Amino acid sequence: MADAAIQTRRPGGRARLRPGTAARRWPLRGAALLYLGLFILLPVAAIIQRGYGSGLGNLTSALSSIGAWSAIKLTLILAVLTAIINGCFGTLLAYVLVRIKFPGRSLLSTVVDLPFAIPTLVAGVMLAALYGPGSVVGGWLERHGVHIVDAQPGILLALLFVTLPLVVRSVQPVLLELDPAEEEAARVLGAGQWTTFRKVVFPALRPAITAGSLQALARALGEFGAVVLVAGNIPNKTLTAPVLISQLINPTSYGSTATSGPDEAAAVSALLFGLAFVIVLATEKVSSRGSGWLKA
Amino acid sequence: MSSTQAPERPPQPDASPAGAPTSPARARSERLVPRLLVAVALAYVIVLLLGPLGGIIYYALNSGLAVIGQTFSQPDVQHAFYLSFLIMLITVIVNTVFGVMVALVLARDRFPGKHLASALVDLPLAVSPVIVGLMAVLLFGRGGWFEPFFAARGIQVIFALPSMVLVTIFISIPFVIREVVPVLQELGLEEEQAAWTLGASKTQTFFRVTLPNIRWGLLYGIALSAARAIGEVGAVLIVSGAIEGKTETATLLILRFFDQFQQQQGYIVALTLAAFSIVLLIGIEIFKRKRTREAG
Amino acid sequence: MAGAINVQGLTKSFGEFRAVDDVTFEARAGEITALLGPSGSGKSTVLRMIAGLEQPDAGSIWVGDEEHTGKTPQERRLGFVFQHYALFRHMNVRQNVEFGLKVRKTPRPDARARVDELLDLVGLGAFGGRYPDQLSGGQRQRVALARALAPRPEVLLLDEPFGALDAHVRQELRRWLDGLHRELGVTSLLVTHDQEEALELASAVVVMRRGRVEQAAAPVDIYNRPATPFVAGFVGASNVIRGTVENGGLSFGGPAVAAEDVADGTDAQVYIRPHDVRLTRIQGERSFPVTVERRTNLGWVSKLQLRLTDGQMIFAELPNEELDGIEERDRVYGSLRNAKVFSVDAADLASVPGDGGPGQAVLHTSDEPEVLAAQAGQN
Repeated sequence: MADAAIQTRRPGGRARLRPGTAARRWPLRGAALLYLGLFILLPVAAIIQRGYGSGLGNLTSALSSIGAWSAIKLTLILAVLTAIINGCFGTLLAYVLVRIKFPGRSLLSTVVDLPFAIPTLVAGVMLAALYGPGSVVGGWLERHGVHIVDAQPGILLALLFVTLPLVVRSVQPVLLELDPAEEEAARVLGAGQWTTFRKVVFPALRPAITAGSLQALARALGEFGAVVLVAGNIPNKTLTAPVLISQLINPTSYGSTATSGPDEAAAVSALLFGLAFVIVLATEKVSSRGSGWLKA
Repeated sequence: MSSTQAPERPPQPDASPAGAPTSPARARSERLVPRLLVAVALAYVIVLLLGPLGGIIYYALNSGLAVIGQTFSQPDVQHAFYLSFLIMLITVIVNTVFGVMVALVLARDRFPGKHLASALVDLPLAVSPVIVGLMAVLLFGRGGWFEPFFAARGIQVIFALPSMVLVTIFISIPFVIREVVPVLQELGLEEEQAAWTLGASKTQTFFRVTLPNIRWGLLYGIALSAARAIGEVGAVLIVSGAIEGKTETATLLILRFFDQFQQQQGYIVALTLAAFSIVLLIGIEIFKRKRTREAG
Repeated sequence: MAGAINVQGLTKSFGEFRAVDDVTFEARAGEITALLGPSGSGKSTVLRMIAGLEQPDAGSIWVGDEEHTGKTPQERRLGFVFQHYALFRHMNVRQNVEFGLKVRKTPRPDARARVDELLDLVGLGAFGGRYPDQLSGGQRQRVALARALAPRPEVLLLDEPFGALDAHVRQELRRWLDGLHRELGVTSLLVTHDQEEALELASAVVVMRRGRVEQAAAPVDIYNRPATPFVAGFVGASNVIRGTVENGGLSFGGPAVAAEDVADGTDAQVYIRPHDVRLTRIQGERSFPVTVERRTNLGWVSKLQLRLTDGQMIFAELPNEELDGIEERDRVYGSLRNAKVFSVDAADLASVPGDGGPGQAVLHTSDEPEVLAAQAGQN
């Protein structure tokens, strides 16, 4: 039934194989990968080589510095506490901002982003100003035996300050996308507000809460600027790992008594860095189920 | 609408959806709980964020105009601000140009190891800034991998501007990329393809079609990276040596003031930085809202 | 200005999946040719290769006297209309239409005049300042057309242009496009899965399935002389009945249809359109007994469900005046006109949806087949 008029053969027509167009993409791809590789891979390799290039000797030497081991412990504990506390409050804030209408809601949303804009050092200054012994609030607290500045609560406050937006911004978009119909269905079936939250909303939010908390954890492990002015940096008491590292590199700063150098600092850094990297990978895994910024 | 109580209750206006069985106690709690949540959220934010902000405003302005004037007339203070802004500017330009390139590749290209690339982009957020500083020292400082290359050409990297710029670029790499990639993914490729069929070259298409379409996400990312850049302290502390009048940024200046017990001046500089950051924050909020509105 | 589109041996695979397999056809100069097929048939990929948005693994593409294979889309000077319009969201209507002219550095007054001309042509003269998100779907598609036509392309490629629109807007725009084409006479290649659209608009139809060309012919031939069972089932509604060829034909209790191309003893499928079934009270020369299971009166036609002696069911659609009082449960005689016979091996059963078998009536349309229960009282 073929209509000859439709199917014509053009003289000279022949099948030809075309090379892949992948070749055209490489200039842009190459520049991008070079940028990433140069700026990120290279420095990381340097730290690992310097810190562990000659075995674990550097690490043991660093850990023998006064207060080093307790600094690492303290940093870990406070970071985990931060992640948990802001995991809760961050979710609460996200919920309040998305689901509840009240006057000043958009102002609150802006305030929540404040830690993203304010320099960390200024945040530390702010906290020290309000809660230090010299101020009204701080003085009152001190008189009642609550020490914030130059004590561990101050460090915790500083860490909570800088990590709050991480959780809120991780949870908020997921909440926004949730179909309210599911919650309405639960309510109509008789579930109270808390039950609805527990059984319908929370499971859907869990990956986002986890991802946000992990980001908070990683950030808290490495925070320097907000902590250094509030903490007092007392070895074995309020000295955190990042401040320790800065002391190891520049032994003359902050009145430390460490007598180590860049190699020891590198050892501790590599440890901390390894932790951070693991957390980033864990966050990727959690996020790949929908809330990451790069979709497949 | 059924009721489990004998006396008929009129439907509560802001309680459960129509048809849901409610008791008076539950209806009351359903009105109270949102308000309670808002109250708790507000309290947290006030204690953590707004209170300290108020504190610093008070302390800085309390010093009186004379001290404020005197602080700003000091050459080292002026140089510090100049340096901070210079570094911020260079960082933002580099991160914008390369960030858009990386975003285009990540959002559109298909190549193996994409997830590794995106983990690399997230890494600077998780690494402590002091570790970043250390990495730079290990690469460019005495005994570093690249030190011979630069020393031979008489270029000073550590304890000089180049290293400060490099570390600031590192820590602010993620912001532009993470904001532009989702926008690109939402937009898809069709408008660009339409432009190609109409005869526009790839460059023309980028400037006339792609760039206008990503502008709000891009501006959002730029504002975030600017805020981060100007707030950097940990990494620049390590690499710069904080030489007064030469390699001391505004943040390092604050550190020095507090170290030397010149708290008043410290507060003033800190408040200035905070004020600038709040201006950035307003920009951030505006761009964020425009970006969300377009995502529709 | 109008040239013909000629593709030869086009092949394209995506990984393991062969989307386009040795496709050859011609779209004649100045005419609308339709590329018709179900989703996944490769028709869009063919169109995009002609536009240069995809590169073929093998084959060549010619427009007029020029070979376009391997050229970038920019070099090809074709017009392309996307299913979802792809209007530049940050430009208004005027700027959108002007884009192709601006890019080619057309002087401002000429460009402006041309844009005015096109906006009038598509009936959107007053909308120049509006932005895409202020327009309806139909309006957006008209802007997309104006934009594609502005630089006077040699050829117009349309990728399911009405797929995203409401049914009645689709009809309206279809008629409008027909009129536009009559006026402009640009060689056009239209990809669609809507066979009504293809038959109505195009002067030549290329039916594709699974990356290959099933048939390329004028609409009337596609409809009346389908070359393969797929085309028969895909284009227009079709009944399918099965039987074994005997003595050069098939019979169902009485002679039904001749089967010249199929050997005796082969299992075969007969494709027959509902309106090509005739009913008489007396057995004619080539007719077979049927029982009227159900009659549904639809105004001036009736739809009848007929049971053959071996239990198979077919649908007939006939004007009421021809039905002569035939009612449910009547036993009458059916005769077939324009039936197509295909041997079952040739009929790739997996792809032709649901061969009903005895007891079930299956009506093949280009959408999902309607499988109706044999019991009366349903529907």
